[in-house]
Amino acid sequence: MADIRNFTLNFGPQHPAAHGVLRMVLELDGEVVQRADPHIGLLHRATEKLAETRTWVQSLPYMDRLDYVSMMCNEHAYCLAAEKLLGIEVPERGKYIRTMFDEVTRILNHLLWIGCHALDVGAMTMALYTFREREDLMDVYEAVSGARMHAAYYRPGGVYRDLPDRMPQNRESPWTDAKKAAYRNRNRGGTLLDFLEDFTNRFPTYHAEYHTLLTDNRIWKQRLVNVGVVSPERAKQMGFTGAMLRGSGVAWDLRKKQPYAAYDKVDFDVPIGLNGDSYDRYLVRMEEMLQSNRIIKQCIDWLRKNPGPVITDNHKVAPPPRANMKSNMEELIHHFKLFSEGIHVPPGEAYAAIEHPKGEFGIYFISDGANKPYRMKIRAPGYVHLQGMDEMARGHMIADVVTIIGTQDIVFGEIDR
Amino acid sequence: MDALMNLGVGLFGAAWPAVWTLVKIVLIVIPLMLGLAYLTLAERKVIGFMQVRIGPNRVGPYGLIQPIADGLKLLFKEIIIPGNASKGIYLVAPMLSIAPALAAWAVMPFNDTLVLANIDASLLYIMAITSMGVYGVILSGWASNSKYAFLGAMRSTAQMVSYELAMGFSLICVLMVSGSLNLVEIVQGQQSGRFAGYGLNFLSWNWLPLLPMFVVYLIAGVAELNRAPFDVAEGESELVAGFHVEYSGMAFALFFLAEYANMILVAMLTSILFLGGWSSPVGFLPDSIIWLLAKTSCILFLYLWFRATFPRYRYDQLMRLGWKVLLPICLIWLVVVGIWMMSPLNIW
Repeated sequence: MADIRNFTLNFGPQHPAAHGVLRMVLELDGEVVQRADPHIGLLHRATEKLAETRTWVQSLPYMDRLDYVSMMCNEHAYCLAAEKLLGIEVPERGKYIRTMFDEVTRILNHLLWIGCHALDVGAMTMALYTFREREDLMDVYEAVSGARMHAAYYRPGGVYRDLPDRMPQNRESPWTDAKKAAYRNRNRGGTLLDFLEDFTNRFPTYHAEYHTLLTDNRIWKQRLVNVGVVSPERAKQMGFTGAMLRGSGVAWDLRKKQPYAAYDKVDFDVPIGLNGDSYDRYLVRMEEMLQSNRIIKQCIDWLRKNPGPVITDNHKVAPPPRANMKSNMEELIHHFKLFSEGIHVPPGEAYAAIEHPKGEFGIYFISDGANKPYRMKIRAPGYVHLQGMDEMARGHMIADVVTIIGTQDIVFGEIDR
Repeated sequence: MDALMNLGVGLFGAAWPAVWTLVKIVLIVIPLMLGLAYLTLAERKVIGFMQVRIGPNRVGPYGLIQPIADGLKLLFKEIIIPGNASKGIYLVAPMLSIAPALAAWAVMPFNDTLVLANIDASLLYIMAITSMGVYGVILSGWASNSKYAFLGAMRSTAQMVSYELAMGFSLICVLMVSGSLNLVEIVQGQQSGRFAGYGLNFLSWNWLPLLPMFVVYLIAGVAELNRAPFDVAEGESELVAGFHVEYSGMAFALFFLAEYANMILVAMLTSILFLGGWSSPVGFLPDSIIWLLAKTSCILFLYLWFRATFPRYRYDQLMRLGWKVLLPICLIWLVVVGIWMMSPLNIW
């Protein structure tokens, strides 16, 4: 009799649920996964190596392209690490702006995550609903930085510029008549903060819609409960962070444990799960969105009342105001040096991590005092989470592998970097 | 009509009955094909509106030419045969899929007299013919020699077998109460009853006394059709496209057409078996084929609504639902109906 071999399935990299370019070799017994072997590197762009040949500010836009669904958070970690080496303080307003945009980014990320996760599990409508809400936040990104995705808004020492006083308007065009344009501009009359506040007021309603569609849905529960269970001990051993760790019941959040930016001054809760299954992680992330909404509201209030500088006045790091540059020799030299050589960072090592939407995102720098880092190392949360794939998927069915990919919230920009 | 018959006999002589049957087949198939082409458009539009978007609106006014454009596109595409595929079976499979989907329409009644073949065992015929459809799926999955297609075919086979049972049992209840396998008689049986006497015909239809069976049939019907939330056989996010992953061009289109033809078939069967077919819901309006089409459309809308709302079942959960939930309900209700019919409370 011929011996029975397991079925080996090459899952991805061209697969609708591969979230980019995940290639997974699945060993199947019938439909049951015996071994899941993730292969990475198909999106490798050598970000770490590239950073060694570029000035400190030039490398910053590469951060956007790491985890390309939570752009500003990546920049934040980069700036924090650089600031640690430089030993400079960010102005209070800059810190609040960063906090606010980190949370906007968290909502952006979680919206994309819940949309894709639901799409993977088969509820395709969610993806389109979340994209409706993402559109508003993308507009916020655009208003502040000029780009909808790859913002490059943070700088070592603060943020590039203050929040704009008016939102970009929709204009009449052959495809958009005056009525439609006016309708689209209905909440764009005020400042960026007004627009964002309008969003935060609407968001809980949208959030409730998602709960209605999914949370108590029997099929959704059957697909998520007890799928990909990770015990708290195992989660810590494997280096899980973020919602993957909190879903297992470990209350670890860098925003609380090692506060950075303005997180020690805002009020928010850290939701944790009980069972460490996909459903708990789903609930954790859903609640995180509401908490982010809360933080954004507090930041809006603070930012309205407290005008001030948004970037450090150390002009060896941040460019001087243009007017000063025209009248002051020293500032002109600063400007010239900054835009030709770039920042000089004192020799040393620094690691800074932030609570990224996906987990702990850290940047480790070694500087030799030159105008570019000697070495940069990125700690990407998704990379660590992906190593748990085999353990989480073993014994489950193919359909659960898709659920687990979704619940890990992996993005290949940061895993392959 | 008689004049037409005489003219036909005069023109074709003894071959006239065969020609007349062919004409009738064409008269059924063409509206059916148009219907399923526009069902694809309706699906995209309906789901589009449910998903806060517009759906196709570029080809023709409101996108009305879209299905024709899609058809033309598929027609002109190359049918790619994978190198390792078993060529003969690979090409036969789509035909095996579409043929039963169309053949089943032979006995479908549209009103008391408008039916191609009014045979006594028409329900049995439909059951037998639609069961053949699974061969197309199995053979395509097997002949493609692709792992995703193979998994899809395996899932589909198991699914069809399990849901056919629940479906069969719910049909048995209908047979018991109407005492006939003939679809026309099943509809006529629903036109009388206590409520029909008051002019509230819709309360006399089978759906009310056989409510659990109606629900079971509706669910099993969706599962039979491999549609969301039971679309594990093609489960886009798991198996890419399942059994037809290797097919392209018209060969793919045949699977697609078969799926939609089956959708309309099952929806129409549901309205005939449980919703009184062409009978009018209230006494003062005449019976008409329009009622049948309206009921069918409502059920089709339900299918689209399901697809836009529900996540997909996992394969084993689908089996569990079929064997552990639907089948026991059927068995219990079968006994209940049997006792009911034997008791003095019998309403049939």
